[in-house]
Amino acid sequence: MSLIGLTIGQARDRLVRKEFTARELATTYIKAMEAARPLKAYLVETPDRALAAAAQSDARLQKGDGLPLDGIPVAIKDLFCTEGVETTAASKILAGFVPPYESTVTANLWRNGALMLGKVNLDEFAMGSATITSARGPTENPWRRRGDNRPLVPGGSSGGSAAAVAARAALTATGTDTGGSIRQPASFCGIVGLKPTYGRCSRWGIVAFASSLDQAGPMTRDVRDAAIMLQVMAGHDPKDATSAPVPVPNFEAAVGQSIKGMRIGIPKEYRLDGMPKEIEALWQRGIEWVKAAGATTVDISLKMTQYALATYYIIAPAEASSNLARYDGVRFGLRVPGETLEAMYENTRGQGFGAEVRRRVLIGTYVLSAGYYDAYYLKAQKVRALIARDFDEAFKSCDAMLTPTAPSAAFAIGEKMDDPIAMYLNDVFTVPVNLAGLPGISVPAGLSADGLPLGLQVIGKAFDEETVLRVAAVLEDAAKFDAVPAFVAGAA
Amino acid sequence: MSNLVKGHTGEWEVVIGLEVHAQVISKAKLFSGAATDFGAEPNTQVSTVDAAFPGMLPVLNRFCVEQAVKTGLGLDAQINLQSVFDRKNYFYPDLPAGYQISQFSRPIVGKGKVVLDMPDGTAREVGITRLHLEQDAGKSLHDQHPSKTYVDLNRAGVALMEIVSEPDLRTAEEAGAYLRKLRAILRYLGTCDANMEEGNMRCDCNVSVRKPGGALGTRCEIKNVNSIRFVMQAIDYEARRQIGVIEDGGKVVQETRLFDSGKGVTRSMRSKEESHDYRYFPDPDLLPVTLDPAWLAKLKADLPELPDAKKARFMRDYKLSAYDSGLLVGERESAAFFETVAKGRDPKLASNWVTVELFGALNKLGKTIAESPVSASGLGDLIDLIADGTLSGRLAKDVFAEMIASGKTARAIVAEKGLKQVTDAGEIETATDAVLAKEPDKVADYRGGKEKLLAYFVGQVMKATQGKANPALVNELLKKKLAG
Amino acid sequence: MALDKATVARIAALARIKVPDAELDALAGDLSKILTWVEQLDAVDVAGVEPMTAVTHARPPLRDDKVTDGGIRDKILANAPETTNGFFVVPKVVE
Ligand SMILES: [Mg+2]
Ligand SMILES: [Zn+2]
Repeated sequence: MSLIGLTIGQARDRLVRKEFTARELATTYIKAMEAARPLKAYLVETPDRALAAAAQSDARLQKGDGLPLDGIPVAIKDLFCTEGVETTAASKILAGFVPPYESTVTANLWRNGALMLGKVNLDEFAMGSATITSARGPTENPWRRRGDNRPLVPGGSSGGSAAAVAARAALTATGTDTGGSIRQPASFCGIVGLKPTYGRCSRWGIVAFASSLDQAGPMTRDVRDAAIMLQVMAGHDPKDATSAPVPVPNFEAAVGQSIKGMRIGIPKEYRLDGMPKEIEALWQRGIEWVKAAGATTVDISLKMTQYALATYYIIAPAEASSNLARYDGVRFGLRVPGETLEAMYENTRGQGFGAEVRRRVLIGTYVLSAGYYDAYYLKAQKVRALIARDFDEAFKSCDAMLTPTAPSAAFAIGEKMDDPIAMYLNDVFTVPVNLAGLPGISVPAGLSADGLPLGLQVIGKAFDEETVLRVAAVLEDAAKFDAVPAFVAGAA
Repeated sequence: MSNLVKGHTGEWEVVIGLEVHAQVISKAKLFSGAATDFGAEPNTQVSTVDAAFPGMLPVLNRFCVEQAVKTGLGLDAQINLQSVFDRKNYFYPDLPAGYQISQFSRPIVGKGKVVLDMPDGTAREVGITRLHLEQDAGKSLHDQHPSKTYVDLNRAGVALMEIVSEPDLRTAEEAGAYLRKLRAILRYLGTCDANMEEGNMRCDCNVSVRKPGGALGTRCEIKNVNSIRFVMQAIDYEARRQIGVIEDGGKVVQETRLFDSGKGVTRSMRSKEESHDYRYFPDPDLLPVTLDPAWLAKLKADLPELPDAKKARFMRDYKLSAYDSGLLVGERESAAFFETVAKGRDPKLASNWVTVELFGALNKLGKTIAESPVSASGLGDLIDLIADGTLSGRLAKDVFAEMIASGKTARAIVAEKGLKQVTDAGEIETATDAVLAKEPDKVADYRGGKEKLLAYFVGQVMKATQGKANPALVNELLKKKLAG
Repeated sequence: MALDKATVARIAALARIKVPDAELDALAGDLSKILTWVEQLDAVDVAGVEPMTAVTHARPPLRDDKVTDGGIRDKILANAPETTNGFFVVPKVVE
C-alpha cells in the first residue's frame, strides 16, 4: 500500500516503527500536492518548510521521542494566519498580507510535530458553500458523477481542505465551520469533517467571519484521525475570551467504544418535503446501523429548525459587517488610492471584496442600522435562543442526534450560482448546530445514484465530542465507505 | 446668588451636562498587553490586537475593571454586577478595527452623585447618569503634510472611563466646581491622573438655554475642551450665543461645536455633521462582565477616605470652618500635609499657617504642595517655636519666608540671626525707660487721656529691640510706667 | 423588505463600499430578495425571550495588568501600504 493511502493513525504508528521516515512521507505528499494542481486546491505551497520540519521530526523519531503528530503533512485553510506565509482568506483585499504571528490552532499542530504542506482555498472570508466565491477561482471536487466529466464543487467554505484530503494531496487538513463549512464539504468529498463545540478550539489568529459561530476543526480520512487531530488542535487559550477553560479529554480513546444502550435522537423536522429520496434512504440506513450496534433511536423535535437559516443569515452577516470593517487599506492588504480618505476607503473596499462578501456586508450593515436593529438583529438573537433551547430540551431524551449532513450531493460548478438563497439552503442541516454552539461531525456513509459521496451528521451535547466520535466510528464501520474519487493524486 | 443670565427679552436659565473621558491609570491597555505610557515613539506601544490585525481578539484587563468600579464607588454610584461590551461602528484612520469597543446599553456603573462646594460655602448635588469603560482611539496628525494625515496607534486601546453627568449644572462656575471635585475624587482613588492639560481627562459640554422653568432647549455639544478654564469660557460663550440666536428670532440647531481657545469662541464642526449610525451591537468576542459581590464588598471596604468625608472629619475633629476644610481637602497631599502639621498642635493655628502662609507662598512660587520647600514637620517646628514663646507671630513670618527661600529649618534660622525673642524684664525695662525719656510731651498727652498713644510707645520699644521684645511684656510694663 | 436604489446607496456608503451605479439595481434586487426571505422570522413569537448574545457561559479568565506586548513597530508597519517615520499614512482627513 503506497504511503498516499495511509491514515494519520497508520502513518503515526509506522513512523514510530521506522518503516519509513518523515522525509519520505513529506516528499510523497509534496509530489501529490504538485500532481493535484489541476484541482486548484492549494493557494500557496510550502514544500521547503515541510521538508525542514520533517527533518526535525526524523531527528526526534530516531531518538524514539516522537511527538503526537510527528511527520504528519497537513494542508491549512487559508483562513488561519501563518507566520511569514501569505494569508489572504481567498480575498483580494488581503492580497500580499504576511502575518507576523501564527494562529493558536496551527501553532498547536506544529508544536506537536505536524508539518505544513501549504495553504488551501476557501470561499472568500469563508462566505459560501461551494468554494466558488474565492478571489483565486474555484477549487474542483476530485469526484465526478458517473458518466459525466463536468467539474463539481467541493462544497465550502473549506472546499480546498476537503478536496486536498479526498484527493490524497494532504493526509489531513484544518477547516473552519461557521454554518457547515467543515461538514458540508466533507460530505461532498467523501471524507470526515468534525466541527467541535464552540469554544473548544481557539479562534485566535483565524481571520474572523462571524465571531459567535466560527469554530476550527479537522478534516480527515477517518474518524480516528479526526480524534487525533482534535486532541492537538483543542484546548483553552487565554488569548481568546470565548475559548472555554475546560479540560481536553482523550478523544482517540472514545473511538471504537460501544454505543450499546445509547439513545440516538432523530429530529422529525429534518425530514424536509422534497428531500431527495437517496438522502432519505441514507438517513434510514444510518438509523438501522446504530440500532444494529445496540443503540435505541428516539423521535425528537427541534421545532425551530425551519427558522435556523433565516436566523443565521441575519446574525452571521451582522457580525461579518463589523469584523470586516478593519479591511480599510490603512494597515495591511489592498489599498486602492482615492483623492480623499473616504474615496480611498470606498475604492479599496469596493474593489477588494467580491460579490458575495459585498452582499453579506451590506445585509449585515442594514440589519444593524438605526431603525432596523430590533426588527432583524435583535429578533434573530431571540430566535437563536429558542433554537438553542430546542436542543437543550431534546438532549434530555437523547445522548446524540443523527441527521443527513447536506440535502444533496455535490453539484456542478456554475449550478445554483445565480441565486444566493438556493446556495444558502445547502446549510439547512448544519446551521442549527452552529447557532447552538454544539459539536457535529460528518461521516461518509454512501454514494448517490450518480456515484457521489453522501455524509451523515452526528450532533452531540456541548463539550461531548467523545460521544459524537463514538457514534461516528460506529457509522463508519457499518458504512465501510471505500469508494475513491475520480482524481487521486499520485495514483497511476 | 442668581443662576440666571440676562438677555434683552428677560432672564434665561442655562442647562449644562458634562461628559468626561478619564484615562484609567493602568500599565497595560484595556484589551491588550501593550503599554500605556505617555509620549513614546509613534506606534511603539501597539500590539497586533490594537492595530486590529486579522484574527486578533480582545481580552479584558482585570485591573481596568477594578479601577472603573472603584471610581463608581467613589461617585456613590450603583455598580452593575453584569455589564456588556458593545461595538460602536464607524470608520476613521485612528480606529483600526472600524469599531470602538465601548458599553452602550449595559454600562458597568449606573446612577451616582457628586457634591460641589460652591465658593459661597453652599453645597450642590450633581447627578451622575452613568460611567462606562471604552477604548481610546489613536492619534491622527493632520498638520505634518499638506495632503496626508499621519496615524499613531500608541493610544489606541488605552482604557477610558466615560463619566456622564445629569444636566444638573446651571453656571460655568458650577461646571468648574464639578470638574475640580471630580478631579479630586479620581486622584484620591488613584484611578486617573485627571490632568486636562495632558489630555488624560477630556470634557465634552452639552449646553442649552431656556426660560426659567420652561421646557429644555435644543442643546449643542462642545467637544474635547482641554482645561477647566476653557470649559467655563466655552459654556459662557455658548450660552450667550444661543440666547442671542433665540432673541434674534432664530432657532438653535443641535450640532457638535469646537471651542477655539485663542478667540474664546465656539464654532460648528461641519465635518461631524453627517448623521452617524453607529450600529451598536454586543461584541461577540467578549462575554458579559460579571462581578463577584464578595470582591465588590472588599473593594468598597478598602476604599480610601474621599474629600467629602475628610472635610466633614476636619470640621468635626479639628473644629475648622467649612471653607478652610474645603481648601485643605482639595488635594489629597495638602490634607495629609495639614494633618502632619496639626498632630499635637493647635489645629486652627496649623490650618492658618497651611492655608494662608504656605498656600500663599506656593502660589507665588507656582509650586504644588508636593514640591513645597518647607516640609510638614518643618512647619510644625516653626509653630512649636511660637507656642513656646521663642518667636512672636511677626518674627515667625520672617522666619517662614526665610525657610521658603533657603529651605533651612526654623531653629537654624533663629540661631543664625539671633532672632530669639527677648523676655528678660530687665532688658525690656531699660528699652522702655529710654523711649519714655525721649518723648516727655507724648507721655504727658497719654496721661492727659490720649491712651491711643500706647500702641505708639509699644512700636517704639519693639523698634529699639529690633522686634525681639515680647510684645505682651512690653504692653504690661508700659501701662505700669505710664500710669505711675 | 424591498430596498430601493437610494437605500442601497446609503447602506453602501455607511459600509464604505463603492458600488458602481450600473450595479445598484441588480444589488437592490439581491438584497431585497434576501431580506424578504429572512423576514419569515416575523412568524416567530419571541415574547419574553432573552436574546442569545454569547454561546459559552463559562466566565473567562481576565488579563492581568502586565505589559506583555508592543515594541514591535516594524512588524506593525510591515504590511502597510504607506508609512513615514513610524506613522501610518492616509489621504488627508479634512476636519
Ligand atoms: Mg460620548
Ligand atoms: Zn466616549
